[in-house]
Amino acid sequence: MKKFTVLDLLDLDLKDNNSLNLACIGGRAGLSREITVPDLNRPGLELSGFFDNFAFQRIQIFGRGETAYLEKLRKENETSSLEHMFTHPFPCCIFTHGLSPDECFMNIAENAKCPVLQTDLPTSNFSTRLIWALSNIFAPRQLIHGVLVEVFGIGVLIMGESGVGKSEIALELIERSHRLIADDAVEIKCVGGNILMGSGANPVISHHMEIRGLGIINITHLFGVGAIRDKKQIQLIVQLEEWDTEKEYDRLGSQDNTMQLLEVKVPALTIPVKPGRNIPIIIETAAMNERLKKLGYHSAKEFDENVLKWLESENARRVYFQKNVTF
Amino acid sequence: MMTKEIIIKNRAGIHARPAALIVQTANKYDSQIYLEKDSDRINGKSIMGIITLGAAYNSRINIIAEGADEKEAVEAIAKLFENKFEEE
Repeated sequence: MKKFTVLDLLDLDLKDNNSLNLACIGGRAGLSREITVPDLNRPGLELSGFFDNFAFQRIQIFGRGETAYLEKLRKENETSSLEHMFTHPFPCCIFTHGLSPDECFMNIAENAKCPVLQTDLPTSNFSTRLIWALSNIFAPRQLIHGVLVEVFGIGVLIMGESGVGKSEIALELIERSHRLIADDAVEIKCVGGNILMGSGANPVISHHMEIRGLGIINITHLFGVGAIRDKKQIQLIVQLEEWDTEKEYDRLGSQDNTMQLLEVKVPALTIPVKPGRNIPIIIETAAMNERLKKLGYHSAKEFDENVLKWLESENARRVYFQKNVTF
Repeated sequence: MMTKEIIIKNRAGIHARPAALIVQTANKYDSQIYLEKDSDRINGKSIMGIITLGAAYNSRINIIAEGADEKEAVEAIAKLFENKFEEE
């Protein structure tokens, strides 16, 4: 993975209601320091001189309490613990509530080449946003060959060999007013350990498709903004393959198959492709069926249960029609 | 499996035309062909995939092929890179 530095943190392009509002107020020489863990630390104990188990890999957050304590230390001219703290190579310190440290603190930070950042957000909001942003950045990621579309609100990842017709199928789905997230190269991220988020690998070239015979087309311009989406959770994987007469395909659907991507299990289907089979409609139906399952209706299982019940009642009825039975 | 590391020598990097050339060449072979940059691995038979790699001038790329004609496939694609895609 590419290094993630304090400068990258400052440059992070987050949407308005997630932005970190960070500005650098000192220690610019250390902006290339690397952030290695998606976590933060409030250095209360360290300021009072206790350094056992100091989590110096983490970003250090100075809220109102810490800043007030710094003020007390300055009045007492007691800077030894602060100086000791800055001998550790932590990535940066961040002051919340728009607080600014005093000159003495800035000098120590400047000498240690440690960046000092400031945000106008309250500590609690800032920590939540920072942890969220960092865990997204440090989430396990992978590039996958496939097409990600949103069909009836379900994120469907279409996979399969090149030439099997993934893009054409996605195009038909877009035509039927579903949405394209990414074509050919889908970046998937495991967020929070249980959610698979898919998006285009690069915002500059996303929402374009390559269709054999047409070349590269721009989906946003052709079908409008309603036909695209930036990211979507992957809730169903459809594996397309050439129809293999030797292979047994699922005919009942009573077994729930899953596929594991980045250690997250996602419901998966294998759909054989053959000329004349209308795959987009099959995918639409699969997506609706998946929604139905989420609502608690499992068509295949219920069907099977009903058949069993019916057979049982038939069995019970038959007794009465048999000859030579005495009650 | 065959792997070959190459460095991109044409100034413009891999834009649409070189990507199309790579795909055209890759499609002539039955082997599975992948291009790898940093930790990203994409299918060498997909134009959008190859462009997504964002392979600029001087970046390192691994050509990987797996299958019956892997050796020929890797050589043929590496040759495209060496010839700078007949651009310069």
